[in-house]
Amino acid sequence: MSAGRSRAGDRLDALRAEGHAALIGYLPVGFPDVAGSVAAATAMVEAGVDIIELGIAYSDPVMDGPVIQHAVERALEGGVRVRDVFGAVEGIAATGAPVLVMSYFNPVLRYGVDAFARDLASAGGAGLITPDLIPDEAGEWIAAADAHDLDRVFLVAPSSSPERLASTAAASRGFVYAASTMGVTGERTSLGERAAELVTATRQAGAARVCVGLGVSTAGQAAQVAGYADGVIVGSAFVRPMLEASSPAQGLEAVAAVARDLSAGVRGADRAEARTR
Amino acid sequence: MDQPDRSLADSLATLEGPYFGDFGGRFVPEALIAALDELDTEYSKAKVDPGFTDELQRLHRTYTGRPSIITEVPRFAREAGGARIILKREDLNHTGSHKINNVLGQALLTKRIGKTRVIAETGAGQHGVATATAAALFDLDCVIYMGEEDTRRQALNVARMRLLGAEVIPVTTGSRTLKDAINEALRDWVTNVETTNYVFGTVAGPHPFPAMVRDLQRIIGEEARAQVLDLVGRLPDAVAACVGGGSNAIGIFHAFLDDAGVRLIGLEAGGDGVETGRHAATITAGAPGVLHGARSYLLQDEDGQTVESHSISAGLDYPGVGPEHSWLSSIHRAEYRPITDAQAMDAFKILCRTEGIIPAIESAHALAGAIDLGRELGPDAVILVNLSGRGDKDVETAARWFDLLDHDVAEKVAEIPGEQK
Repeated sequence: MSAGRSRAGDRLDALRAEGHAALIGYLPVGFPDVAGSVAAATAMVEAGVDIIELGIAYSDPVMDGPVIQHAVERALEGGVRVRDVFGAVEGIAATGAPVLVMSYFNPVLRYGVDAFARDLASAGGAGLITPDLIPDEAGEWIAAADAHDLDRVFLVAPSSSPERLASTAAASRGFVYAASTMGVTGERTSLGERAAELVTATRQAGAARVCVGLGVSTAGQAAQVAGYADGVIVGSAFVRPMLEASSPAQGLEAVAAVARDLSAGVRGADRAEARTR
Repeated sequence: MDQPDRSLADSLATLEGPYFGDFGGRFVPEALIAALDELDTEYSKAKVDPGFTDELQRLHRTYTGRPSIITEVPRFAREAGGARIILKREDLNHTGSHKINNVLGQALLTKRIGKTRVIAETGAGQHGVATATAAALFDLDCVIYMGEEDTRRQALNVARMRLLGAEVIPVTTGSRTLKDAINEALRDWVTNVETTNYVFGTVAGPHPFPAMVRDLQRIIGEEARAQVLDLVGRLPDAVAACVGGGSNAIGIFHAFLDDAGVRLIGLEAGGDGVETGRHAATITAGAPGVLHGARSYLLQDEDGQTVESHSISAGLDYPGVGPEHSWLSSIHRAEYRPITDAQAMDAFKILCRTEGIIPAIESAHALAGAIDLGRELGPDAVILVNLSGRGDKDVETAARWFDLLDHDVAEKVAEIPGEQK
């Protein structure tokens, strides 16, 4: 991984020193509206989420399952704009939690890759997670992230070859996002056994920190993943109660309850495997 | 990334991807890279392996019905300033369009790789029908994703796919058309990539699809170039083809890329008119961006959100276009023009009435382009048109457009439930 100060990496290291993994929570900006997404993210941090992954709503989210697709469609119908992400990042960063933005590549490309990095950095954002941008295609973004001192989180998958694990680890900064399973975002009853193997292989390929996402929705699953990964990434399990909420206030309560539950799972995890690695 | 330096190339027809100038690439989730690498490697081996190429040739001869003929259409040409107009009859292929050329190649490749399930997206249904056909022939499980809107517009093709044993899944997200069917197929592929090959229908998408689908469609132009030389004694002045994703166009253009005197004209769907915003004229009115795995022209708003396209033709109703077309446009080797729904339907009717050929509405865009070109170029011109598909699937749309149904019949037609209304 590249040298340089990494907000997300520093947080992961600090939590590791305390003996546990990070809980990383996803929400799309603009759902239910921009202020509502800032309020929800703030409630998540107050209830134990360590790092926020703030999604930019996009018309063609090929890595997302039905829950996040639905939330993102509602955000777009509500008129959310790409530039709204910067104010939201600023608001959430005030909690002290690192804020990573998750975006498909075209909105960033259209905004201007360097301009996006500049504005994200000046809003206090930690960096960018890019689900449909592989390092091979990311020259412009890698340069912009270097110029503006931002984390760049690329993904690895159970299908990634050892060579690709190495090149992705080398191109990433902050952490590497390991997809627990082959598939799209969404809650799953069981996680693939390949997740733990993938984390090990990604570390062996040179990654200093590896967080696991896709399919994690229960405290038990979070505890299990926290036993071997540096962070547990949860999306749909936060978004679904907001979709089902009868009012914004009830949505906030529900999101905070999910955060408390998952946070207890992450913090109660047996870290034997992580400590002895 | 290393990009080919065109100044070193002897030919415009040799680019193998991933890049065509500034366009192309692989903007997809990492989870798909291994499968794309596998496809790329296996296809590179297969295309020089006589075991593969001979079998594909045999299938084309004995199953597709290749070579497809060319037909000169003098009565139609009277509408086109008297130019000589020659149709390449891909409509006569088995399953009714050029799509079978690509699908047989990719189905053979699927068997070679050892996968047992194929998925595909479809707009008009022609690619879905072709894929379902190949799946039946090769004993593969087959799932076709089709926008719910399109399942209603093309109900007949939905039934054909089901007759052939395919599962058709109506897609209810987004604009419920081809773009969303591709999203859903990509989600399926990410999840089931170990057993499943994605038989992509056009020259868009991530590498190797643009180059591979082009290679499999190149037979159209190779045949047509020789056939026109044989008939006319010289090359055509222009080649016209409709462009949605652009597979039939690249297929007929490719053999002529190095014939500098042959103009290549791609006809995009102008819908209600480009000025109305309701169209699918991607190169005419779009801007470069990334959609469905490749950097190319696309219809997008100022935030990079994909804009819904509009066309009477489901097969052209797509807000993206293949990267090689974007490149051919950028180097001015091919021209891209919009044809409105009304222009296309006029040309559709003229071909029906003057030549007894009912074209696909997609192909009618190319015919309308040829009418304009003929008037521009005059009576000495020779224009080759790719008649990419036949219009059986479009009869209901055309009947409504031209108001050919008796009132009570129209009501009965309206009562036929759409597939998944």
